[in-house]
Amino acid sequence: MITTTGIEALHGSAGLSTDIVLRASNVSVEYAGRRPTKAVRDVSLELRRGEVLGIVGESGCGKSTFAYALTRMLRPPARMTAGVVEYFDRDGESVDLATLEGDRLRDFRWNKIAMVFQSAMNALNPVTSVGSQMDDIFRTHRPGMDKAARRARCGELLEMVGIDARRLRSYPHELSGGMRQRVVIAMALALEPQIVVMDEPTTALDVLVQREILDEVERLRAELGFSVIFITHDLALLLEISDRLAVMYAGQVVEYAPAEQVATSPLHPYTRGLLRSFPDLRGERREMHGIPGSPPDLRTELAGCPFAPRCESVFDPCRDMTPPLQAPPRAWPVACHLHDPRYARTTDEAGR
Amino acid sequence: MSALTVTDLTVDYRQHGSRLRAVDGLSFELEPGQTLALVGESGSGKSTVVRTLSRFVKPSSGEIALGSVTDRRLSRRAERKTYHKTLQLVFQDPFASLNPMHTVAHHLRRPLILHGGHRRGPKLDAAVLDLLRSVNLTPPQDVARKHPHELSGGQRQRVAIARALATNPKVLLADEPVSMLDVSIRLEILNLLDHLKRDRDLALLYVTHDLATARHFSSQIMVMYRGEVVERGPSDQVILNPAHPYTQLLASAAPDPRLTRAQLADARTQRAQLRDSRVAEHRESVVDEGCRFRGRCPFAMEVCATRPPDLPAAKGAVNGSAAGHVARCWLLDESAAAAPAADSSN
Repeated sequence: MITTTGIEALHGSAGLSTDIVLRASNVSVEYAGRRPTKAVRDVSLELRRGEVLGIVGESGCGKSTFAYALTRMLRPPARMTAGVVEYFDRDGESVDLATLEGDRLRDFRWNKIAMVFQSAMNALNPVTSVGSQMDDIFRTHRPGMDKAARRARCGELLEMVGIDARRLRSYPHELSGGMRQRVVIAMALALEPQIVVMDEPTTALDVLVQREILDEVERLRAELGFSVIFITHDLALLLEISDRLAVMYAGQVVEYAPAEQVATSPLHPYTRGLLRSFPDLRGERREMHGIPGSPPDLRTELAGCPFAPRCESVFDPCRDMTPPLQAPPRAWPVACHLHDPRYARTTDEAGR
Repeated sequence: MSALTVTDLTVDYRQHGSRLRAVDGLSFELEPGQTLALVGESGSGKSTVVRTLSRFVKPSSGEIALGSVTDRRLSRRAERKTYHKTLQLVFQDPFASLNPMHTVAHHLRRPLILHGGHRRGPKLDAAVLDLLRSVNLTPPQDVARKHPHELSGGQRQRVAIARALATNPKVLLADEPVSMLDVSIRLEILNLLDHLKRDRDLALLYVTHDLATARHFSSQIMVMYRGEVVERGPSDQVILNPAHPYTQLLASAAPDPRLTRAQLADARTQRAQLRDSRVAEHRESVVDEGCRFRGRCPFAMEVCATRPPDLPAAKGAVNGSAAGHVARCWLLDESAAAAPAADSSN
């Protein structure tokens, strides 16, 4: 069952804001080496103002590399070999991130795009207090603020993420993992960025703490109106918190859809496999399987669909033709021959 | 007869002169061919239980009986060896639990020689290949020659499982065996453990924080909170019909893809209200005579300041299937529950 809301949400013909805040077009990233690793291959995504865009996939599918490319944080040997990342400010001014250098780049980071890293709990400096680390942000980016104002703002930020302002004097080891994660999120939000990129922000945390932090992010987003790019391998979680999501496999986006649609009627066999990998807490007991095999070596040229060797619905064209990311009638973009009208008859047999 | 019997196990850690009670009066039995899941958040004492059972940590009191081997006889070297042969471990991190300098074959040969009575030679090599086949690592000849860095996370965990099986154990402790692995391969590893358990009549302790896999891969579940088991019983009963407020909280925190947006938003608002009613600092645990969960418990009553006993969680159960389902909570005590539970403000 495919409803029309999918097209509307994707093409922005109704409802949701179509105000784009970040647009990545045909981004490719390579890690240099004897055989270069093509970690991100021709990825195009748009982030709307105020939305949560989820990026999901197994490890090594290019999620984090792509996020680093979006925030201009790639370091050699990684290099963006193609593509453009554009940022659109509230006043309509657009910036091509590739042109930013030196002071302008420093000025841009954290002010416009902030990032919460994987294992952010360990991102804090263990030898200085939380307060002084937060103070650093304002001393660097807001040189005009005086000490009292900085202090007040730091306290405010902590209170905002549900931590007592007295904790400014605490050292990271005196805080629990969840509290440290909250501090890092507070720091990311300190300069009121338009975009926050979160790379597996809750993976190391317990379910309960994870839940609290996600609720917190959701509340802050509603209050402050920033956009979030949320990267994780936990599809079940992402379906809950994101508005739209992009499923990545072997450095490419293979499905790009509104979250509700993915939850109820995923199109790509890889997405279906990922969904099946989560046993349902309250569902029937049954024999369960993940996705057998492992992702391809990204150092090699990929012929045909990269998922074909692991795919349960593989058929003739998959082996030698790479499916483009395109939207079949009445649906959202998906890179799979099963949904290509040209193969309609075969897919009816293979897809059911 | 149960493969492993734990009676009143208590473990303390020394900390700046004071003591931290990590496990408090834990008793359970592991049956051959059965999986028991031990569920809880970090800091609940799950890993301490595993470390104590594997004798890396000395218990302060209580008894661990593994077949005929009890604590009293463990002072003898031969008994200790039997203990370690009979009880094996699968660790959380397959990247750290294998030696990067050695081949897969080396990892499997060692336990075969030390515990299996094997000598170097063609028979040993054949035993190594058999082990690799039993964990579905094929072709075994190729895998045996590889070093850990040439394997994926899932393959490494299979090697770690094969190594645990090398001593032909009766009890297998799996401490978060899939939490470091990619979601797509988690189920494969859990299915493998499940099959091995059945084929080899292993008693399996599955330690995890993931309620969903705990339910699907075990027959019984124990829920731990701050060193105590707060609820235990048949898996379906504990998850579908949780009796302890902590288990209820855990179950409600798990993502459920079937919920609609509106339901999600409702749940979020409810949680926010619950949280706002308490001060952040107050959520930290209270360790005294009373229930340890009462600082976070939405239903805390005055009686909760005294330690609750294990109570049958039969309330709400439709038939008698709740046998063996118990929870440590005053709410289940008919006389206490009759008192007004409105005093949640303090």
